[in-house]
Amino acid sequence: MKPDWRTDLPVLVPEALRAVSTTTFPNDWRGRHWRPTVPAGLGLLLLFVACCGVAQAQAGPDQPSVWATLWKWTPLLLQGFLLNLAISVLAMLLGTVLGLLLGVAQIAQSAWARKPSWLVTQFFRNAPWLVLLFYCMYLLPFRVTVLGGTVAIPGWVKATLGLSLPVMANVSEILRGAVQSIPTGQWESAASLAFSRRWILWMIILPQCIRRMLPPWMNLYSILTMATVLASIVGVDELLTLTARALSAEDRPGLLLPFYSYDLLWFFIYCYPIARLTLYLERRYAVPD
Amino acid sequence: MQDFWDWFRWLYEATGINLSIFYDAFDRAHFLAGAIMTLRLSAVCIVLSVVIGIVGAWLQESRLKFVRLMVYWYIQFFRNTPPLVQLFFFYFGLGGLLTSATGSGEHVPLVGNVTWAIVSLSFFAGAFNTEIFRSGVQAISSTTIEAAESLGFSRLRIYCLIVFPLALRVSLPALTNNLVNLVKTTTLAYAIAVPEMLYVTSQIWSDELNVPELMNVLLVSYVILAGALAYLMRRWERALHLPGFGA
Repeated sequence: MKPDWRTDLPVLVPEALRAVSTTTFPNDWRGRHWRPTVPAGLGLLLLFVACCGVAQAQAGPDQPSVWATLWKWTPLLLQGFLLNLAISVLAMLLGTVLGLLLGVAQIAQSAWARKPSWLVTQFFRNAPWLVLLFYCMYLLPFRVTVLGGTVAIPGWVKATLGLSLPVMANVSEILRGAVQSIPTGQWESAASLAFSRRWILWMIILPQCIRRMLPPWMNLYSILTMATVLASIVGVDELLTLTARALSAEDRPGLLLPFYSYDLLWFFIYCYPIARLTLYLERRYAVPD
Repeated sequence: MQDFWDWFRWLYEATGINLSIFYDAFDRAHFLAGAIMTLRLSAVCIVLSVVIGIVGAWLQESRLKFVRLMVYWYIQFFRNTPPLVQLFFFYFGLGGLLTSATGSGEHVPLVGNVTWAIVSLSFFAGAFNTEIFRSGVQAISSTTIEAAESLGFSRLRIYCLIVFPLALRVSLPALTNNLVNLVKTTTLAYAIAVPEMLYVTSQIWSDELNVPELMNVLLVSYVILAGALAYLMRRWERALHLPGFGA
């Protein structure tokens, strides 16, 4: 960090200016608080173009171009990607509702509510997402009998349930963290105004928590969106499954690189703005020191 | 010991709870090999990703704008794309390019699936580690650095001897979270047929048809693994604690 050479003593101004011009800084810490001006997406775009270029160079003279092949499969891949997004939104909704309930139980006064909900939260937070997904895929029935009729449960519904479990645990922890970050003075002053515990929580603490919970909650959504591709391992027809199918239909090894970098690009385009918004909100809601 | 294993056979006969990985010697060895693979994968990836994080945080303060930009692109790429697609990109995409032709005209991959899993997961976790260490480094006040400069330390020595040791203490809680996450992410190697714990377990349950039992074993194993790592990191955090520095 460069020292500040300005001075409010007029006599010293020429001296100070000379000092600036003659001092060399062997250790230049310019990078310390550097923020890039070049968009991050450009890097991935360059990578994608490079991958396509490599594939194009490998292609035989009678084969269609890489761009045309990618364009041909785009509608199908888009369908898969929309399923990814649908799974992510539904799992987030379900996980948030369950997680808020679990989180409120975690801060309850009764140990009977607190201890088990703590255990559930820790368990689902520490279990790998993929294992939880397997759990739901294999152990939930593939059809249920409701009022005499059988209803088949499609794979993506089970995947949504499986992904909402870790979301639930993380939301529960986010809520607990937010409530604990509210200074205890708030509880005490509200109690001295004769609010009951439920009212303190509902009218005073939780409204303040929403703001603190929003950035980590959005971060979680971004993580969840990126985890939806796990559903391809258990056979849901989402983006990655359809990509693999398109690749096997084309049967050209050279296309692997462009297709997978194409998938990466889509996720990046969706997730990166969320990450930027999260960062912005974090800065905005940050309590100044 | 044999009695202990036989108890599980008795359990199966008495209750129908088929924990074949305990009483069946073949399944036991298979599961153990998978668990060791998971441990190996986790250990190697933890070390590599921490190294990547340290180097990345150092490069992010580079004097060259180009280097800073590369690190920034690297972080944003790995943070905002799904790790599974990254793995496929590395294994199928790059791995498909890196082949050597044998005499019979076949293309043999030069790099195996375990190595690609290690590379992919390390870079994935390394991107997060870089961010974690960077925020730790930025938490060190510039007066500390200036004091070191005035004592004549070079840039590298300031980073290695003064800034990083302090930054590590600031970053440890976040690092613990990320490393636990990394251990959980090693399950993705299943998708490229690395014989780790999830993969061998799925092989065993296809043989023995004891999916619910093994699912629970798997969940408990991972929770224990993650818990053990978190515990060790807490211990380390406490051991490194400096009085008067940090919370």
